[in-house]
Amino acid sequence: MRILEDSNTLDPVTSMGENGNGKLAMVVFSGTMDRLMPVGILASGAVAMGMDVDIFLTFWGLQAFSKRAQGAPPKFSGDYADMAPMFAEVMKKKNVPSPIETLKTAKKLGNVTIHACTMTMDLLGQTKGDFIDVVDRTTGVGEFMDLAKDAKMTLFI
Amino acid sequence: MAAEEVKVTRVVDARGSVCPGPLMALIGAVREQKVGDVIAVYSGDTGSRTDIPLWIKKAGHEMIGVRDRTGYAEFVVRKTR
Repeated sequence: MRILEDSNTLDPVTSMGENGNGKLAMVVFSGTMDRLMPVGILASGAVAMGMDVDIFLTFWGLQAFSKRAQGAPPKFSGDYADMAPMFAEVMKKKNVPSPIETLKTAKKLGNVTIHACTMTMDLLGQTKGDFIDVVDRTTGVGEFMDLAKDAKMTLFI
Repeated sequence: MAAEEVKVTRVVDARGSVCPGPLMALIGAVREQKVGDVIAVYSGDTGSRTDIPLWIKKAGHEMIGVRDRTGYAEFVVRKTR
């Protein structure tokens, strides 16, 4: 038990055991702020409760993690276009961390793996180097499904 | 034990941080401290009211108490493992 606690990279605080609290899998298809915000927040909540997290970034979700996209003003889904300026202002005023910052914090505290969809990358001629460091690895959909089948919950965002 | 009687080892001021910021700040601080240390976290976030006590319980630490302050709450926890 002592050894597990000392070497446990999953959650040394809670030390509730590897995968003892299950796993959250998320497929992140959308790349707008209104969809990325919950990705960071839900990943944080899962990590806090000792869960592992696997995030599969695909299409627009993946593009939000490209180096090119960084620093650009946040985009919102057309569904919320009328509320976007107000929301962006509130986020700035209340110092709300970006989804990427939130994910970085979650990664520091727990076992969060961020996967880049190889199919999207092939279509757009992208390589892992086109994405920011928070992206851990490139993964095919088959391998991701193999990871997700053991998850307690899977979300498509 | 009343929170007043406990010597706080470390204060984490997470006021102004939105959910789940204060909880994550507390987890990071608990991880860095030694067993037996007492950590106080200040949070103005409503979610902390339920999230922080739940996490402390799940993580097996000791919830010493919660104190209402003006515009925020102070959660006091002892790292027990």
